[in-house]
Amino acid sequence: MEIDPFIFRLSIFILSIFIGYYVVWSVTPSLHTPLMSVTNAISSVIIVGAIIAALAGTSESIFNTSSIFGFIAIILAAINIFGGFLVTQRMLQMYKKKKDKKK
Amino acid sequence: MISANLSAIFYLVSGILFILALRGLSSPDTSRQGNYFGIAGMVIAIVVTFLSIGNFSTSLVYVVIFLVIGGAIGAFIAFKIPMTAMPELVAGFHSLVGLAAVFVAIAAFLNPAAFNLGNVGDIKLASLIEMSIGAAVGAITFSGSIIAFLKLRGIMSGAPITFSGQHILNLILGIGIFVLIFYLCKTQSTNIFWTVIIISFLVGVLLIIPIGGADMPVVISMLNSYSGWAAAGIGFTLENTALIITGALVGSSGAILSYIMCKAMNRSFVSVILGGFGAENSTDDKKEKKDQKPVKSGNAEDAAFLMKNASSVIIVPGYGMAVAQAQHALREMVDKLKKNDIKVTYAIHPVAGRMPGHMNVLLAEANVPYDEVFELEDINNDFANSDVAFVIGANDVTNPVAKTDPKSPIFGMPVLDVEKCKSVLFVKRSLSPGYAGIDNELFYKDNTLMLFADAKKMTEDIVKNLD
Repeated sequence: MEIDPFIFRLSIFILSIFIGYYVVWSVTPSLHTPLMSVTNAISSVIIVGAIIAALAGTSESIFNTSSIFGFIAIILAAINIFGGFLVTQRMLQMYKKKKDKKK
Repeated sequence: MISANLSAIFYLVSGILFILALRGLSSPDTSRQGNYFGIAGMVIAIVVTFLSIGNFSTSLVYVVIFLVIGGAIGAFIAFKIPMTAMPELVAGFHSLVGLAAVFVAIAAFLNPAAFNLGNVGDIKLASLIEMSIGAAVGAITFSGSIIAFLKLRGIMSGAPITFSGQHILNLILGIGIFVLIFYLCKTQSTNIFWTVIIISFLVGVLLIIPIGGADMPVVISMLNSYSGWAAAGIGFTLENTALIITGALVGSSGAILSYIMCKAMNRSFVSVILGGFGAENSTDDKKEKKDQKPVKSGNAEDAAFLMKNASSVIIVPGYGMAVAQAQHALREMVDKLKKNDIKVTYAIHPVAGRMPGHMNVLLAEANVPYDEVFELEDINNDFANSDVAFVIGANDVTNPVAKTDPKSPIFGMPVLDVEKCKSVLFVKRSLSPGYAGIDNELFYKDNTLMLFADAKKMTEDIVKNLD
């Protein structure tokens, strides 16, 4: 009996939920906003699907109905990737410890 | 072109890098490094995708062009956006993830061969289920986030919009989506696929319109979670490990944040989703009572005098501070107080503001060191030993009624024990009740001094008087 590859993916999925659960609970509450913006950025890894769809066009028709959706999705995901990581970076730069008092 | 096995391993690597990105956020010290892990993971995933397709035709040029266009827009937004607009920005980004998921699902449905999912009209059953779930959740995320964005931006009123039969309608539409997906699997009909997406857009709108402004922290977290599940759904369709791992991470992250926010308001998740909170809670008799009670009000001079003579001050910021953009003035005030050897700390309630951690970011922006900022459970015992509590733009989260009156709608919600301070300064524009629509007992206590003004202006005036 062979195991369906779907089951393997499901296992990865479920284990990842557990990892997410423990990792996110350890995130300090003061960083919850950067957490949201960075999760936003990484979920845009959906861009890999968009790229596959966009590259599926043939050389005669680069833009067919399917690939156009891919191209638009690339723009959307790219906005998110760059916007998400950069705004997270900008926020994290602001978190500073108490400096030695300059008197 | 690299083999499918090799690219799968690279996708796993990028998934692990994403886990490390979240792990870094456990402390501000490691967080910046974490963000670099995230970026590295993303670069690997994108490069591997190009290599595994191995199609370097003219299409590739366009892909890069579109990537650059999107990237430029994203970078521009990231640098221009003011920190006070973070909640809107995050809601806006969620909507993009949702829409991207919908589009990828559509592309896969129209051209399944490109994704090895079978042929048009003969898509593998499992893939079809996965992509329609991904598309449906993505569509809900998209339209829901748009509504959240409009509400946060103030384009749409933050007041809950309810009508009779709303929940029944949502339920019917929800069931309808499942029924349609079932028929989609049987018929592979394009029309049914489109219908599923359109109904899902509608559900997203209907789901968010009844939820009021102060429940936004829950809504944003929830949409965060949805965007993750949508990505995971697409990940199953594409058989892509990076996407599955990320989707699971983001999904559980958003779910945990929603849980934390609900707990901080002592409300069940279901009651937040059903919405309508704060719409009709302010009953008339409460309003009448309010006018009769005496209130002590003061000016900036009084406040400056009180704080100058204190030895410890706790600052309680809330959404009002964000609206008035008072964080910089506040920081100036604190600097002056510190020069007089007064101990100043900040107390932040988990639901202060419009998204999780909203206040922390604003204080960080104003250069407040993060080790002076404390969470509710860490600082609540300190109020009894402090001289002055300076409440700026917060209201319901300080209301002692939550501890004393079982009939109050916010009873049981954890609140900051501001009233235990020797004196309380309350910066507020008027006596109007907060979001929960209930009166704050704190206004009428003997040791409370109300400072009626815009938060920023009042703080600036206090700064002048501290000299």
